[in-house]
Amino acid sequence: MTNDSPPKTQPTYYQEVVRKGYSRRDFLSFVTMMTAFMGLEQSVVGQVTKALENKPRIPVIWLHFQECTCCSESFIRSSHPIVADILLDKISLDYSETLMAASGFQAEAAMKNTMEKYKGEYILCVEGSVPTGADGVYCMIGGKTSMQILEEASAGAKAVIAWGSCASNGCVQSAKPNPTNATPIHKLLKSGVPLIKVPGCPPIGEVMAGVIVHLVTFGKIPELDRLGRPKAFYSKRVHDTCYRRPYYDAGLYVESFDDENAKKGYCLYKVGCKGPSTYNACGVMKWNNGVSYPIQSGHGCIGCSEENFWDNGRLYERASAFAGFGIESNADDLGKAALVATGVGLAAHAIATNIRKHKLITNLEKEGKTSEQELKS
Amino acid sequence: MATKYLRIQRLRRVYVWELPVRFYHWLNALVLLALIATGFYIANPLAIQSQREATNQYTMGWVRYVHFAAAYLFFFNFLFRLYWGFVGNKYANWKQFIPTSGRFFKEMWHVFKMDILMLKGKEHMSVGHNAMAGFIYFLTFIAFLVQCLTGFGLYAAMSDWWFPHLFSWVPSLLGGEILTRQIHHWAMWVFILFVIIHVYLVFYHDYVEGRGEMSSMGGGWKFIEEETFEENKPLTPNPETKELVTAEPKK
Repeated sequence: MTNDSPPKTQPTYYQEVVRKGYSRRDFLSFVTMMTAFMGLEQSVVGQVTKALENKPRIPVIWLHFQECTCCSESFIRSSHPIVADILLDKISLDYSETLMAASGFQAEAAMKNTMEKYKGEYILCVEGSVPTGADGVYCMIGGKTSMQILEEASAGAKAVIAWGSCASNGCVQSAKPNPTNATPIHKLLKSGVPLIKVPGCPPIGEVMAGVIVHLVTFGKIPELDRLGRPKAFYSKRVHDTCYRRPYYDAGLYVESFDDENAKKGYCLYKVGCKGPSTYNACGVMKWNNGVSYPIQSGHGCIGCSEENFWDNGRLYERASAFAGFGIESNADDLGKAALVATGVGLAAHAIATNIRKHKLITNLEKEGKTSEQELKS
Repeated sequence: MATKYLRIQRLRRVYVWELPVRFYHWLNALVLLALIATGFYIANPLAIQSQREATNQYTMGWVRYVHFAAAYLFFFNFLFRLYWGFVGNKYANWKQFIPTSGRFFKEMWHVFKMDILMLKGKEHMSVGHNAMAGFIYFLTFIAFLVQCLTGFGLYAAMSDWWFPHLFSWVPSLLGGEILTRQIHHWAMWVFILFVIIHVYLVFYHDYVEGRGEMSSMGGGWKFIEEETFEENKPLTPNPETKELVTAEPKK
């Protein structure tokens, strides 16, 4: 490998890794790990290694809009240090409000510079939703609304990654009544720019790294499902990979937190676990360097990577909420009320029938009784 | 009053519900009950305290299995009924369910007046479904469709077969499985309420009409008064040709 690269070219990933003081062994362990996370075969490890050795680093612009930065926090805690050091530190330093050293005009200039110099090559990462209410004044950076910034930055992007539930589906700030009209970015992007949604609040750090490594290695976006999420990480429900699944199938459930069943580690289905409706890789990858994940800590999944999880019923109940009938309304309570009302209605109808159709009924009865009497016994 | 003399009716036997219709009806009833019972369990399983290892139990697993098996039966039975709406007799025809004429709405209004508001007047006595019932069945068919779409949509992710995957767009369209599940749950109540009203009305019609409404879904026969038969004979349109059947001149 030579270093006399043309001015536009960035150093390769491997060069950056070495410059940062990592050994080749560290680098290879990182590559192997990422390959496994992406759900690829072992034979692809060589391919990924080669790509990271030879491909110049892709400039990344990381925008923060309406969000809490938990996605960035999750990302820098990916289990392998190289993830944060190289993928984030080295890639995204072009522009990232949270982590860049520059500020003010310098920072804005850096972003503008990257956008012009690497037009059509950089990856745009968006963390947070875009408030479109009141002409976008709820989120302004450097005198521009987030709408304007997104429009400018996405115009020359090779691909856009929507980090987290905010960017993917609006998250809690778009919960009813959504005062700022927080909007996920797929509703604002001009068509034509490839978009990858990485939902979760936050998404798993390794998943985020996996998506970037995939982009870098293969130069194209990973295979996506119908909702635009990478299949490698979002094709299974949390329920399908849950270690408490046998208790679910057996019919053994925690009835309330801290009960005997909770201590035995039974399934959290009845205390509102949304694992059966949530697509994510938590059960496999887990969190904080694979230490644990919510269910393992005795708390049901709240479905944070699913659209509208904040408005779709209560977090600690399995019952189906029924919108429009109050906060505590429940589809079954409503059903029971309808059942009682129906019963009362039918009883009233039966009584009315006997009064209003008296003649009709008595005629039938008379006819029937006459026939009975006329028949010989 | 003039009706002091009891009129003894001569009844004419009409084959209303063909065997496939009856078969559909009872299979549907059985499967619906199974789906509702297992559905309630799946939504809110009973609290079981057990000292046995989870390995040796499969309660929820079996309940789910019954639910899914019943769902397949339900779906294909439903498809069969739709097919029969095109090839069956006139009482099974799709035109009994979907309003296609002013006469249909007129009859609905009449049934509403006579059977719900209990107004006095000429009783409406239909041989097959009355227009109101037909239309309600049409609405239940829509509810069937909603349950099939949301149910198989939820099931798709657990199946290797291509068939459930035909429905995998449903949760995506609705924005996730949490909402899909809730719609599936809400819609179940429509069935419960329908079943209760349906059974009541069968009793009701049997009681006030005396034409064998209850037994008709067993043997397929209903018995209508000879004079009603004669009155209605030339007026019954043939669903195939839309022509009035005028085999015999009216007496």
